[in-house]
Amino acid sequence: MNLTSNIQSYSINFHDDATIINANQLNIYYSGKLTVENFNLQVPKNKITALIGPSGCGKSSVIRSFNRMNDIIPGFSLEGKIIYKGKNIYSSREDPVRIRRQIGMVFQKPNPFPKSIYENVAFGARVNKYQGNLDELVESSLIQAALWDEVKDKLKESAYALSGGQQQRLCIARAIAVSPDILLMDEPASALDPVATLKIEELMWELKDKYTIVVVTHNMQQASRVSDYTAFMSLDREKIEDRIGVLVEFDETTKLFTNPKLKETEDYITGRFG
Amino acid sequence: MLKNLSKSSFISFYNPQRVRNLRERIIAITLFGCGVFSILVTIGIIISLFSEAIGFFLRPEVNLITFLTGTNWRPLASQVSPENFGVRPLIRGTLMIAVISGSIALPLGLGSAIYLSEYASDRLRSILKPSLELLAGIPTVVYGYFALSFVTPILKVVLEDQLGIRVSFFNAFSAAVVVGIMIIPIVASISEDAMRAVPRSLREGAYALGATKFEVSTKVVVPAALSGIISAFIIGISRAIGETMAVTIAAGATPRMTLNPLDGIQTMTAFIVQVSFGDAPSGSINGQSIFAVGATLFMMTFVMNIISASILKRFREVYE
Ligand SMILES: Nc1ncnc2c1ncn2[C@@H]1O[C@H](COP(=O)(O)OP(=O)(O)OP(=O)(O)O)[C@@H](O)[C@H]1O
Ligand SMILES: [Mg+2]
Repeated sequence: MNLTSNIQSYSINFHDDATIINANQLNIYYSGKLTVENFNLQVPKNKITALIGPSGCGKSSVIRSFNRMNDIIPGFSLEGKIIYKGKNIYSSREDPVRIRRQIGMVFQKPNPFPKSIYENVAFGARVNKYQGNLDELVESSLIQAALWDEVKDKLKESAYALSGGQQQRLCIARAIAVSPDILLMDEPASALDPVATLKIEELMWELKDKYTIVVVTHNMQQASRVSDYTAFMSLDREKIEDRIGVLVEFDETTKLFTNPKLKETEDYITGRFG
Repeated sequence: MLKNLSKSSFISFYNPQRVRNLRERIIAITLFGCGVFSILVTIGIIISLFSEAIGFFLRPEVNLITFLTGTNWRPLASQVSPENFGVRPLIRGTLMIAVISGSIALPLGLGSAIYLSEYASDRLRSILKPSLELLAGIPTVVYGYFALSFVTPILKVVLEDQLGIRVSFFNAFSAAVVVGIMIIPIVASISEDAMRAVPRSLREGAYALGATKFEVSTKVVVPAALSGIISAFIIGISRAIGETMAVTIAAGATPRMTLNPLDGIQTMTAFIVQVSFGDAPSGSINGQSIFAVGATLFMMTFVMNIISASILKRFREVYE
């Protein structure tokens, strides 16, 4: 049990080698307004960690700070540290471009480039001056993303000719083509139908061996199906008008869903399960 | 645009359910009238342009083939013969201006658009863009004298005095330089609008793959905005082709079949101005020749618009 300021929260701790990202006392601000306060999280390596919580509690803000995606948002600022491979990615010596090559991201709405399927997957390799065989890379990335069989005959066609679910798997293929360590996924299936959603979830299971995955989801069944660990965020009850996001509970997914430590977590998961 | 306007007001005019009262009716009639008026005026211009041009070609002293292929343009020569009515020197003059000004304005315009859309902060953009558009409001006469009094002297000092390359006082190059400067704002402004319309999600997708800002701009945003950028280029080049005042002042009045931009030349537009100011009696061969040249100019821009429409269709990278 871990009591910080006046917020009650519960978090498990790992041995340092078992984790890949350590978020340490993060405060996130937009245009000076505090949005997420004192956020601490150890992300375990080669596991799937889900981030759940009510809308507006700052899940996207947190996950987007893990690869400095928020840097391109005017007005964003952050205090605290995010340690990845022993270094604080927010230290002034670190180059956000290099970090994003190692920590990839898949977004809520599929956002393929208006280019061919092939060029979408090859894009990251091209900007990273990949030396190997591009055709092989495209093929193996599409295979890993479970999309190869559906698109192998139309690699030169526009990515927009694909269905939403296929586009999202293309975006996953595009992300893994640069062989990142970590894949951040912000509600990757929320714009998709149930069949396509299931495909993405299966895919996440497959990818777990090679990558660490952090996934934001609104859907608690999805979190319980797919993840090994779950972090529950919510708005700070003490200062509810300020709408400040905090971490409430972080635990193994099975424990968090069957036996939550905190009343607030229990209210949230039972409320949603009906 | 006007076509649509006239069509819809036409429909509502005859649709009693939508036209509730007299006021709406009057508005509808007025708008309909505006649409019809502008269409009629356009048709009228085209008819008068081509009927005078046809009158020109029906004259025994000229013929269409030598007009299009001939390399001498001497409409004021005492001997009036087909050999003196070859329009190619004027076309070449016009194209020379278009090519040189285009090679100045397209890269600079695109560069400024990339800067404004991708690099400049909101505050800086809100200052820079209006000032760029102010540049487009300078009368073209001013550009013409700027060419004569500033660009040409510099060319003389640099090329003639230092390198010994002869520079005519009236020359195509200095006119083309100012025309290029003149069309940068159009190219930049339209390209920037197209680039700003590219959704942020595409930029984020590229950033998330480890692209730098420059790569995001050139490999994602510019290709995605390409149809708008090509439109900007076409509009800019069309302006250069149709530009009159600056080239009349700075490029000279000597139709010449040359590729040397440091010579004096004459563009199609400059010829039209020259003859119009010379009070050529209507119906005379000179008076009609400007319509022939005007019709040729019209056909050139028309063909360019068709080409650009088909380019747009082919290169369009549609995003949702
Ligand atoms: N670019 C931004 N500028 C200003 N405020 C922002 C920005 N992005 C997010 N916020 C604010 O930060 C808070 C947290 O937003 P965030 O998107 O991180 O929440 P979320 O948990 O991902 O919500 P959702 O489940 O709806 O996606 C919200 O109050 C939001 O208004
Ligand atoms: Mg979100």
